[in-house]
Amino acid sequence: MWAELRKWAEQAGEGWRERRAQQCVGEENWVDSRTVYIGHREPPPGTDAYIVQNYPDNRIVSSKYTFWNFIPKNLFEQFRRIANFYFLIIFLVQLIIDTPTSPVTSGLPLFFVITVTAIKQGYEDWLRHKADNAVNRCPVHVIQGGKVVQKQSRKLQVGDIVMTKENETFPCDMVFLSSSSDDGTCFVTTASLDGESSTKTYQAVQDTKALRTEAEVDTLNATIECEQPQPDLYNFVGRINIYHETEEPIARPLGSENVLLRGATLKNTQSIYGVAIYTGMETKMALNYQSKSQKRSAVEKSMNMFLIVYLCILISKALITTILKFTWQSDSVRDEPWFNMKTQAERQRNKFLSSFTDFLAFMVLFNYIIPVSMYVTVEMQKFLGSYFISWDEEMFDNEICEGPIVNTSDLNEELGQVEYVFTDKTGTLTENNMEFIECCIDGHVHVQHSISNGQSFYSNAAIDFIDAPVGIADQERKELFFRALCLCHTVQVKREDETDYQKQHQDGRSSVYISSSPDEIALVEGVKRLGFTFLQVKDNFMELENPEAEIERYELLQILNFDSVRRRMSVIIRSVTGEIILFCKGADLSIFPRVKAGKLDLVRQRVQQNAVEGLRTLCVAYKVLTSEEYDSVHALLQNAKLALQERDRKLAEAYDLIESDLDLLGATAVEDRLQDKAAETVEALQKAGMKVWVLTGDKMETAAATCYACKLFRRSTQLFELTTKRIEEQSLHDVLFDLNRTIIRQSGSLPRDTYSGFSQHDLHDYGLIIDGTTLSLIMKPAENGSSSNYKDLFLEICRNCSGVLCCRMAPLQKAQIVKLIKSSKEHPITLAIGDGANDVSMILEAHVGIGILGKEGRQAARNSDYCIPKFKHLKKLLLVHGHYYYIRIAQLVQYFFYKNVCFIFPQFLYQFFCGFSQQPLYDTAYLTLYNISFTSLPILLYSLMEQHVSIDTLRRNPSLYRDVAKNSLLSWKSFIYWTCLGVFDAVVFFFGAYFIFDNSTMTSNGQMFGNWTFGTLVFTVLVFTVTLKLALDTHNWTWVNHFVIWGSLLFYIIFSFLWGGIIWPFLNYQRMYYVFMQMLSTGPAWLGIILLITISLLPDVVKKVLCRQLWPTATQKLQTKRKYISAEQSTIFMLSQTSSSLSF
Amino acid sequence: MSRQRDQAVLKNKPDNTAFTQQRLPAWQPFLSAGYVLPTFFLLGLVFIAIGLGLYFTSNNVIEIELEYTGRSPNSSCHHCTKNDTKDCKCNIEFKVDKTLPGPVFMYYELVNFYQNHRKYGVSRDDDQLNGDLKYLKEPSEYCFPFRQDGQNRPIAPCGAIANSMFNDSFVLYKVNNSEISKVPLNSKGISWWTDYNVKFNNPKLDNGTDLKQAFEGTVKPHNWPRPAYELDTNPENNGFINEDFIVWMRTAALPTFRKLYRRIDDGLQPGKYLVEISYNYPVLSFNGQKRVTFSTISWMGGRNPFLGIAYLVCGSVSIVTGIIMLIVYIKYQGQNIRKVE
Repeated sequence: MWAELRKWAEQAGEGWRERRAQQCVGEENWVDSRTVYIGHREPPPGTDAYIVQNYPDNRIVSSKYTFWNFIPKNLFEQFRRIANFYFLIIFLVQLIIDTPTSPVTSGLPLFFVITVTAIKQGYEDWLRHKADNAVNRCPVHVIQGGKVVQKQSRKLQVGDIVMTKENETFPCDMVFLSSSSDDGTCFVTTASLDGESSTKTYQAVQDTKALRTEAEVDTLNATIECEQPQPDLYNFVGRINIYHETEEPIARPLGSENVLLRGATLKNTQSIYGVAIYTGMETKMALNYQSKSQKRSAVEKSMNMFLIVYLCILISKALITTILKFTWQSDSVRDEPWFNMKTQAERQRNKFLSSFTDFLAFMVLFNYIIPVSMYVTVEMQKFLGSYFISWDEEMFDNEICEGPIVNTSDLNEELGQVEYVFTDKTGTLTENNMEFIECCIDGHVHVQHSISNGQSFYSNAAIDFIDAPVGIADQERKELFFRALCLCHTVQVKREDETDYQKQHQDGRSSVYISSSPDEIALVEGVKRLGFTFLQVKDNFMELENPEAEIERYELLQILNFDSVRRRMSVIIRSVTGEIILFCKGADLSIFPRVKAGKLDLVRQRVQQNAVEGLRTLCVAYKVLTSEEYDSVHALLQNAKLALQERDRKLAEAYDLIESDLDLLGATAVEDRLQDKAAETVEALQKAGMKVWVLTGDKMETAAATCYACKLFRRSTQLFELTTKRIEEQSLHDVLFDLNRTIIRQSGSLPRDTYSGFSQHDLHDYGLIIDGTTLSLIMKPAENGSSSNYKDLFLEICRNCSGVLCCRMAPLQKAQIVKLIKSSKEHPITLAIGDGANDVSMILEAHVGIGILGKEGRQAARNSDYCIPKFKHLKKLLLVHGHYYYIRIAQLVQYFFYKNVCFIFPQFLYQFFCGFSQQPLYDTAYLTLYNISFTSLPILLYSLMEQHVSIDTLRRNPSLYRDVAKNSLLSWKSFIYWTCLGVFDAVVFFFGAYFIFDNSTMTSNGQMFGNWTFGTLVFTVLVFTVTLKLALDTHNWTWVNHFVIWGSLLFYIIFSFLWGGIIWPFLNYQRMYYVFMQMLSTGPAWLGIILLITISLLPDVVKKVLCRQLWPTATQKLQTKRKYISAEQSTIFMLSQTSSSLSF
Repeated sequence: MSRQRDQAVLKNKPDNTAFTQQRLPAWQPFLSAGYVLPTFFLLGLVFIAIGLGLYFTSNNVIEIELEYTGRSPNSSCHHCTKNDTKDCKCNIEFKVDKTLPGPVFMYYELVNFYQNHRKYGVSRDDDQLNGDLKYLKEPSEYCFPFRQDGQNRPIAPCGAIANSMFNDSFVLYKVNNSEISKVPLNSKGISWWTDYNVKFNNPKLDNGTDLKQAFEGTVKPHNWPRPAYELDTNPENNGFINEDFIVWMRTAALPTFRKLYRRIDDGLQPGKYLVEISYNYPVLSFNGQKRVTFSTISWMGGRNPFLGIAYLVCGSVSIVTGIIMLIVYIKYQGQNIRKVE
């Protein structure tokens, strides 16, 4: 019975699986691919049914709003932000219930904030509309009925045949059908798409490239099946089916080399024809402009924490006053004295309900403690402040004519908080400007300059090379090796100018090689100097010039493209003699296992030695294919290329099969020089307390050499290795525990003052090297759950190392490492910097992602938060800009909370003296304008211009960076200090004014003042104190600061004069009439204002001076030192003179 | 090519101005002991000097305060606190030992009276008080429940503040043995000039000047014995521009407050005086107190030692802090420099 049951279950399971599989396939077909009918022509009957498909037209909509939906949509967007929503609620409460302040007080600032944001967004959107319209209306040429017709770009449809002329931009993504040039290629620059200014060659579909005129193109009857739009710019999978009247339809694979993307520009080619496949918002360009995930800075997080604290304070304040009011009211004499009768309705109101409305009313009264303008100010600060980065002339690079680019301004302050720097090696630490140094053919080393003399020599006595006389066989191998270098690549030749194409074709010298890989260029150029010049690829023939100045032609049969997983590439060529050869070139580790012949050991030794010297090595191998073998290879590749699903996997399998049993020819060594000042930068970052990790895909030896060169590791550094080799000897478990013990034992004996800033001469300096394989072992979750143990151990080891090198990393592993550190228990702030596509994942993962505007395209730059031209600019970006932004925003946040405590706490205290009646202390105008005009500009300008020490000081003393590490200016301690200061000041204001008023007159004519004068006195002291507090904190007084600080005080005075000087029409009360002037006409008011301001500011000054004296930070020490050096040097000198004379 | 590049450099290169490079000329002060110590000592000295001046000025002000609530049975005004008394008068005697030079200011003082209560404070119509005829007939909603009487006639002046106007009155007599002479009290200029001349205005009809006519169609506040146009016989001090009324309408900041009642221009000579009080204003129901006060005034107002003491304390504190900081400075000075070097 059980057996039966099991059988039944198995059957059911199978059936279910099958069903699902079918469904999946069906669904995938439907979802993931589309059929495009070229020229909207129906395919011949019997093939596929013609299904009319609806695709969007070619309208590009980068704008967010339309004229009609702007207001509702924008409002919705804005009120989704929690702060705006909070103020909206407050505003609505004010509208609904009877509250102490008029709705204007919160409505106006809210309206102001919303309007400013809406205007900014509306303006940006209008610009986008304008740009969209310009693009959408621009004329394109479309073939209709064998003729060229002009259309507006936006009317283009999928399936239209489009003609594009030279220097025009492609209006949509299209499959390249034919070109004006004979070989069916065209040149394209994608500068505006991904920033690569190099010209790339695209291939027309083989079977249609003969269709050169409109009429011919129009006769084409074909369909294209391709995947649905994907944002990946560098991948395309599709198939074209061409129907001829008589023959069977022909199917051809389409790859990314057949697809011309919208946004790219046609160069050096008269015109091309293409068929539109993706239009409008479905083009790859449009898909790429989607917003990235939001990163939030640590400052923003603490700001939100503080907000919650303040919300709690607000609620508890309101609760306390509500309860007190309730008890106060329990005495009916106090509740309703005869002079202040209630209405009948008020008397009958439910006690609970009235308490609740009281609570709301108190909330409204105290709501200003959460400043509406803080968000606007923070946003403005970030937006405007980020300009200082892109304006920085020192970070401008004259070579590539580009300066830094700020992709997001949300993270400015995070630049000042970085604890871990993860850097790529190639192109980031190094120039990615390769130079061919030497090659090693079957163990014979050929150094570049000596090769030109036809010599070869021993390079290193330690390695036993036998320098046999150069026999014929060796000579042949050598030439084969050079030919391999000459042929096995994807380099293109760029001609400077189309007009003298012929001339250049002849001498070939002024042509420029272009490739996405700098290594390839270095190799091709190196081999050119050795006599083998690669000329061009024409009609699928590669042409090269050998040292005898003969032109050799090889038919290019297949290119097995490079990818970072396989780490090798191959070409299959057919020589004139009909010999079919596969050349393969790649990283040593990916070649050696596939070699079955050749002098493997000799080459391996040489490769390792080169790697130790920091050279990049590539191995070259070949194999001869018989034509039968080639046919099977061809079929294999063709099958894989035609697949619509999982093409990548199938291709990889095919490559794996083909690239095997190779004959090793030799290896090359290419030098990649360190970037300018890379070592200095790494050193500065380390002094600043950051841990620098190098993550690279390179070999361990090469990478370690680079690390030594850039001073990540020093001679004194004790290196630990966590590599595959070591793991083989010992189990991972033991290795990890051993290392940990070593480190803890040695660091335990040392005093732990790595953070004190001035002890850079640590006796024990550890470095760790780990490779990708070991890392994945550490990261792999084990069954018994001990994996987390490994992770912790690993983290513990890393924490004690000053530098860590991770080599042999796959792109995803880089991100994994970043994530591992990011989620460790201290939650350090991480920064990832890289230049290539393989760094994108870690750039996206890290708190701050930085792209280098490098040679390997713009992918890293486009996905990063900030781009800089060179690695050395990181120093200024972090140590100067980051430091500044951090102290600026920290002060901004603290100050905003402080000034609002000062503002609202007196109002809270006043409730105890007005029978908890929610009487506001200040006039409506003051309540409304305090945050948006009286005290807003000074802090904004401060947060844009503050420099507590000069730029040069910061740059010269990287250790100052430690002063602000760990979000120190926004710690709970300093937050509480600021809040207490605010409460203290508020108490001084309120009780100061209280005692000055104390029941006697202040005037010399005996007249009395009322409650509005009382409020105005408090408010005046408040505005002055709060502004002067900022003035005390300002360390960089430019004319702007003077203007803004004194200007806003003056504005307050002028405003008060105006506000009290006129009987304002349209206002139903005139309570402020002449209040301000009357107040200022009395002596005690002046004396009181001066006194209260002084008392409020004194404690802060005392605290600052004492702290500076007793516990100075590094920054403050430097300030003092600078002062001594500049000003008191002469005095010290004189003093020493006198003392020396006295001692005589 | 190179020229092209130069152009590109020019185009992309950021402006090299002091502002964009964050190198605006700036004064870079920081709070070091060197600056702060002298400031503290100087500040301390100046403050102590000011404090002494203020303290003695305030001490020279003479103030005589008389309580007349009548809560205790011994008090001379106790009989007026009974419920059904009308037009009750009571007398309080006091003695002046030293000459109070003129002008002497006479205040009334209320305790535990929340003029700053929110609902009370808004219960007025400034437009009505400004003489706007429209609002005279249709007072603002804020005046509710003292906006209209039972028959929907507008109240002028409307609102709780006006309704609760202080209506005790005082007459001051000098007692010379058995002879009693009235001391002249000046009621002019007890309110703010701007209030009297600008903010408060009587309603004016186009044809007539008669105040009574202008107020026609309105009723007096419920608690007032007389309508507004009969507050005083002097047309300059009648209706909304009655100075006692204006003084009352400036709501006080704190629950204990004084309001200026009269001025005695000639001052008070030593001797016995008697205040005759028309006791009308009930305060016992809310545990209040009533006082009448005579005070001379210095250039810095009435008697209030707070400012002087505060200045003295602040000055001394800053000197003491200065000394402490000096000690710290001397003690740690050497260390810091050594550390830096």
